[in-house]
This record gives sequence, C-alpha cells and structure tokens, in this order.
Amino acid sequence: MKYRYLPQTDQDKREMLDTLGIASVEELFNDIPEQVRFKGELPIPPALSEVEVVRHFAGLSRKNANFSTHVNFLGAGVYEHYIPSTVNHMLLRGEFFTAYTPYQPEISQGELQAIFEFQTMVCELTGMEVANSSMYDGATSLAEAVMMAAGHTGRKKVIVSRAVHPEYRAVTATYARGQGVELAEVGVDAQGVTDLAMLKAAVDDGVAAVVVQYPNFFGCVEDLAAIEPIAHEKGALLIVSANPLALGILEAPGKLGADIVTGDMQPFGIPASFGGPHCGYFAATSRLMRKMPGRIVGQTKDEDGRRGFVLTLQAREQHIRREKATSNICSNQALLALAAAITLSALGKQGVQEMAMMNLQKAHYAKRMFQERGFQVAFDAPFFHEFAVKLSKPVAEVNRKLLEAGIIGGYDLGRDYPELAGHALLAVTEVRTKAEIDRLAEEMEAILHA
Amino acid sequence: MHNRKEKALIFELSRPGRVSYSLPELDVPETDVAAMLPRHLIRETPARLPEVSELQLVRHYTELSRRNHGVDNGFYPLGSCTMKYNPKLNEDVARYPGFAQIHPCQPEESVQGALELMYNLQQELAVITGMDAVTLQPAAGAAGEFTGLMMIRAYHESRGEGHRNKVIVPNSAHGTNPASAAVAGLQTVTVPSDERGLVDIEALRAAVGPDTAALMLTNPNTLGLFEENILEMAEIVHQAGGLLYYDGANANAILGIARPGDMGFDVVHLNLHKTFTGPHGGGGPGAGPVGVKKLLEPFLPKPVVAKREDGSFYLDEERPHSIGRVKGFFGNFGILVRAYCYIRSMGPEGLKQASENAVLNANYLMRRLAKAYTLPYDRVCKHEFVLSGVKQKKLGVRTLDIAKRLLDFGYHPPTIYFPLIVDECMMIEPTETETKETLDEFAEAMLQIARECEETPEIVQEAPHSTVVKRLDEATAARKPVLRYQPQEA
Repeated sequence: MKYRYLPQTDQDKREMLDTLGIASVEELFNDIPEQVRFKGELPIPPALSEVEVVRHFAGLSRKNANFSTHVNFLGAGVYEHYIPSTVNHMLLRGEFFTAYTPYQPEISQGELQAIFEFQTMVCELTGMEVANSSMYDGATSLAEAVMMAAGHTGRKKVIVSRAVHPEYRAVTATYARGQGVELAEVGVDAQGVTDLAMLKAAVDDGVAAVVVQYPNFFGCVEDLAAIEPIAHEKGALLIVSANPLALGILEAPGKLGADIVTGDMQPFGIPASFGGPHCGYFAATSRLMRKMPGRIVGQTKDEDGRRGFVLTLQAREQHIRREKATSNICSNQALLALAAAITLSALGKQGVQEMAMMNLQKAHYAKRMFQERGFQVAFDAPFFHEFAVKLSKPVAEVNRKLLEAGIIGGYDLGRDYPELAGHALLAVTEVRTKAEIDRLAEEMEAILHA
Repeated sequence: MHNRKEKALIFELSRPGRVSYSLPELDVPETDVAAMLPRHLIRETPARLPEVSELQLVRHYTELSRRNHGVDNGFYPLGSCTMKYNPKLNEDVARYPGFAQIHPCQPEESVQGALELMYNLQQELAVITGMDAVTLQPAAGAAGEFTGLMMIRAYHESRGEGHRNKVIVPNSAHGTNPASAAVAGLQTVTVPSDERGLVDIEALRAAVGPDTAALMLTNPNTLGLFEENILEMAEIVHQAGGLLYYDGANANAILGIARPGDMGFDVVHLNLHKTFTGPHGGGGPGAGPVGVKKLLEPFLPKPVVAKREDGSFYLDEERPHSIGRVKGFFGNFGILVRAYCYIRSMGPEGLKQASENAVLNANYLMRRLAKAYTLPYDRVCKHEFVLSGVKQKKLGVRTLDIAKRLLDFGYHPPTIYFPLIVDECMMIEPTETETKETLDEFAEAMLQIARECEETPEIVQEAPHSTVVKRLDEATAARKPVLRYQPQEA
C-alpha cells in the first residue's frame, strides 16, 4: 500500500542508504535489543483509504445526537453559542494551526501578536492587569490558580465554594494532593449562592485563597463585593472562576477586588466538542505577574526599533525552573485562544454586551415560562443564563423522553449534589428561540404529567 | 525582503460603530436589567474590545498568518517536537457536527459514537505501547506526566510505601520531567549520561534505593539515541521497588518496532499532537493519553470509557482507587478524533513505515551535516540527532546565530541549547513526512552557513536579514514587561 503522508520512494531510500553505507533500513534499528523488538504486525485494524475514513467516521459521528440534530439546553460549564463563520476560516490557515510554540519570534510574529491581543482582551473582560496565553481548560486553570495562591502566600489551605463547578473542584483536588494543599468547602445558602456566614467562619489566617465561581455552577451571580473583604481581611487571595461571556454584562471581577481570575473561553468561538479542546484563561493583578503559570507574550522592539512580540518572563516556566517549578504546563491551548481572540474581535465591544444581554433576557424569559407552568425554580439569587428547576420525576428519565422529542435536556444536579436530586440545570443562550424555549417547557410539562 | 512595516494591532484598527457579527433580534419580551441584577454587579464600563468590519477582521488575521511559519509553509526540524504533516482530512473529520457539536454531559445513549471512538482509541494506543489500559484525559504531555506520577504515588501508598518520593531522571531529560515530579509532590534525583550518551548504569544502580518512586525516561532519549541497556535498567529500578515511566515525546521512532511495555515500562504517556499528527496550533492544544500496566489500572483518572457485554459504551465513574480527575470532562476530545483518524489512515504497516522513514531521514541528514558540524555522538540515531556548534563558536558564531540565519533560508531552526549536556546544541528532527529533496536543500543551507561562519561570519551573526522583524530585545521585554495593549485615553 502507498501512504500519502510518506514521500520516500524506493529510489530515495536506496540513495539514502547508500549515503549511510548500509544495505537496509533494518540496520538502523540494530541498537534495539532483540528481546524488546516487536515481532510481527501490531494487531490494530488495517489502513483505510480517504474515502473509507470519511465513511467510517461519518458513521460514528451520526451515532451522536448533536446540536444540529437536537435543540440543546445543556450548559453546566460548556455552552452552545453563535460562532461567526470567519473564525473557522482564519483558524484553518496552516500558518497558524501547523506552527509550534513561537520560540523563534522573527517567524512567529503573527501568532505572538494574536496572543498579545488575546491577553489584552482577557484583561479587558476580567478587569485584571495581566493575563497569560492560555491554560488547558477552565478546570486546570482554576487548579493552577489555587496552587499559585498557596505558593505566593506560603499558606497551605484553600477555601472553595461548593457552588464551584464539580469537575473544577475535582481537578483542583487532584492538583492539591500533588502539592500538599488542603481544600475545604463551604456550602450554598437557600438563594443559591455561597453561604457568606459559613465562608466568614471558614477563613482564618492560615487560608491562602477563597475560590468562588461567577456566575456559579447553578447560574447564580455571587456577590463578589461582599466576598472580597472576607478573603482580604485575613490576607487570603480572592480567586474567581468566571464565565467570560457573563462579563459582557456583569461587573468585572478585577473591579470588585479579585486577585486571580480564571475560566474558560469556550463560549467565545470554541465548539463544545464533547468537552475539549477548550481554552482556559488566567489573569491576575500585576503584583502576581511573576508567579503566573504558563506562557506569556510581551511587547518589545527589534534592533531597528520596530515593535515586535516575544515569549517573555520565561524564568517562571518549567523548562527553566525544572525541579523548582510550581507548574509544569508547556503545551497550552494556543489555537483555541486564537479562536477566542477572533470571536472577541468579531463580536467586539458592542457584540459581547449584546450577546450577554440576550443570554440574560432569554434565560429569564425561560424561567418565567417554567414558573408560569407551575414548575418550582430552585433558587432566587440573581442569575445569568442558567437556572435549576425541580422535577417530579428523575432527571435522567425526563431527559430520555426529551431526547426522543429532539431536545437535549438539562444537567442532572443530583449527580453532584444529593440535596438537589430531581433538579435539572437548564442553560438558555442566544441561539435558542422563543419557540424552542416554549416547546421545552411544554414538553417537560407533558412528560411530568404523563 | 519581506515588508517590514509594523503591523497594526486589531485595537488600532478599531473605529466606534463598526461590527463584524450578526445576532438575531431579541424574540422574547425584554425585562429591565435593573430588575434582574443588583446595581453593583452590573458592569459599569464595557470591555474595550475592538470594533472592526468583517473584511478588516479577515485581513488582519490573514496578515498575521502571513507573519507566521508552520509546517505547511516549510521544513520545521524542531527536535523533540515531531513537526510532521498535519493531515487536512483530520480537520474535516473533527468538525463533523456529531463530534464538534456534542455536549460532554449528554445522556450516554446519545453519544455512543463518541464513546466508541474513545474506547477504540484506548484499545489501540494500549496495543501500540504494549500497555494494559489507557486514559485519554490528560490535555498534553506535561499533564500526562503529572497523571502518571500521581498514579505511581498512589500505587506506592496503596502498598504502604508512601515514603517513596524520589523520581530519577537522566540529565538529558525534558525540562517537564523534573517539573512534573515537583507538582506531583515528588523529588528529583538526576543521573548522569555516559560518554555514549546513554544513562550511566552504575550511576543508576547507585541512585536507586528504598525511597525510589520511579525512573522517568525518554527512549530514544533526547540525544536521539536508543537506551540499549533498557532491560537492565528496568531490572535495577524494579528490584529497588520503583516503577518505570516512559516519556512518549520521542515515540515517533519506535511505532510497531519496539513497545515501551515490552521494555519494562509501567507507565507511558504519548503526545498525540506529536506522534499522531494532532496539529500543534501555535502551542496547543495537545493530548497526552497515559497507558499503564495492570498494576496501575485501579489508579487511572476517572471516568474511563468502558464497554458493556451488550456492546454499548459507558463512562465508568465507579473507581474507588482512582487518583481523581486531571482535566474537565474526558480530555481534548477533538484531538483524540484527529489522532484516531490518523491511526485508521495508516494502519499497522503505515505506522511502522512512518517510524522507519523518520529514522532513515534523521540518519541521512545527520550524515550529511556531520562534515561541517560536530557530531558529539557519532553512531546510529533514531528519529532525531544532536549536533554541536562548538567549531563555529570558536569562529565567534553562536548556535543562536546559526538558528537565526536558517530563517533567511525559509526554515524553522532546530531546537537549540537542548539537551543541556551538549555545548552549543542543535537538536534536529526531520520527521518522516519530508522528502529527500527537502533534506538535501536543508543540508545545503546548513553547509553554506558553516562556510559563512568561516568566511563572512557577520552575515550569520547579524541574521536574520529577511524576516518581518530583526532580532528582538528579549531582555527588556522581561525587565519591563508590556503584556497588553493600553488604549490611548481620549
């Protein structure tokens, strides 16, 4: 069989072997001991032609209900949003997607400038002074923020709100075990936001940071203005994991006193893609700049005084610090950061506000619809584009029926919060129409009364 | 000569009132924002994002792309990064709605195709590496290292040997190895390499002990050399009660030829964005699946994709000994799709030929360059090799200069100054997807640069001459960091 990704002809190989003064490619592997040589052929399926690959993968993909076959109301940290057509066209330029990390700045100015612009956009949205070039996702970005706070303060305990995404908390717990950081959780009050009395009681002089999500996992908007003094009075940092789209309408965490803001840029131009690749972002105050994980792009000048961009502050990074490192990230999510930057450029100053407003309006309309139909909504706190409704049947069962009706239903909160068993978390974004929202409410009512 | 005009930032192109988006009209009754959100949590000043037209946007990013070099533009022999061709087909497939537009929390029965793909990929990566089980969750190689080391820690703890906290790494190791050990709460012990560029066996024997958690090894190592004594090394480490970790950054040399599992390794991570053609994307996303032997399987991150007897697939969350989660959801699924697409396009014979050709290309190029540059380890290499610029350094030309001069020829330079044990190091990995002609042209350029070092060193020292910017002042960038654009206040 001929392989289109392998260019060497028999003639090429002969000439190359002649140069090497050997008779066969086999001789190049003589240094691999016989006992560890793999005999025979790997037992994996044989190669497929391009036509067959398309058929096979199209077949697999068709087994998945998706946003083009179903109307989606799932959110819980991953959202369906409008992606301008321009994004994919720009991303697919091979100069971007087939490049490595911009270690040679003279031939990587495009990527470096795009990331510099991305960092600026992250700072603008979050109200923070500095941002890095991206992290794996919102979960690991939060985990790294917690590790950084522990390293910066020299304190080993971190208080995390239970209203932070369950998976973000789980990933943070894994990182915390690695570096010997202790996590303690504080609960949620009846309104659906972090219980401030419990938080106040939990924060003492040994606490490195307080972690909240904004809006939180239930969609409710945490009052950062009230949380900030609780953290800072005891010398703890305030870490906020924020949905960047919500920051189109919610006050920037930086304005409200956050020290580190993390999150996921997925709402801006990044497909849900079964949970990844997405794009973690990481922003902080300038006094924490030299403690930040990950790659950072900085502006400088070339020998002729021309503006240019480079990877900078590399003394922080794993390949320099090696065993003294507090983070080991090197590959990040640069291509997705580019997607987010293009989307933020396309939406621009007005579009981000308009889109955030549409999410807010549509979700509030949806909540009213459910209430009018007699559904009980779990929480009263102000919310952005997600809310929890109580169902009289198991959420999994309702979702199965919804799927048959062409709808992807809400997140089953009972999976992570036993006290919220029977509650579905619904997300309503700008891509949902009034008719779709009405139909969801109707279908759910019918299923529950069936 | 490229246009050396400064490129405007997108913020500098911005004019109030321009848009390049199109959202529908609000079709639900509008509510006053003040009735929905408390006043002090409503944003006071909007984020100063750019305001450009759609054509401006397209031209901006098109121009940025023209100021960037990727594998699609030309040869990219960046050692240890495996800059092979990224098939276009993979990009199409990953964008099928059934892959790109599915939510990670959908009911399992509605994502059977995605789970089937992940399950099969787990199985095939296990076969390729000689391991028993695989997790696809880690987002990149470094995340894979952290995951593997956390499993090793959990394994020792489960046996009442939680005191094992030392990770042995050779002095040729990737910088991530010691960094990953540190973030997994383990300490690094460095062992030297011998004069042949391999791990010094006696030093390894002396380094192991009752506190050994693991040996982390890249094989072939970062010098591109196969650790011939791997079985003896494995025995030394295992007898001391430690485990062996395989850093898969260099796996492109051995597909279908030798498997880490058969060499005695207990844990393996693979970089799907290197060996299995996931695009590097300017620095990511990657994917760093981890394969383990049976003894570590209970500790895999959860969930693991599993298959029921009826042939359906599910996410197995019931794993009491799991180290927990290392990433949100199930990993960088889109990269997994691309990698699986590549594996199915190549099959067993294609993967093996890829490795053979990668090794042939590297050896051929090494031989062609050995005349002009110093070859510190003159023996058969695997998929990459290192050269030293010590001869040129004596002429006043540094390896950095040689790298910059290569830019004038339209090449991305090799990895330089790594591994740390070779003076004025250049680490060259041509990959299997390059033609002999490309290798010959690159060799000619390198030989010409070597002549220039002797005859007209200033041409090399002052390079690059043809790029959009000249050498950049990195010292000032780090000393007085400017990390964002500051709009001029009106």
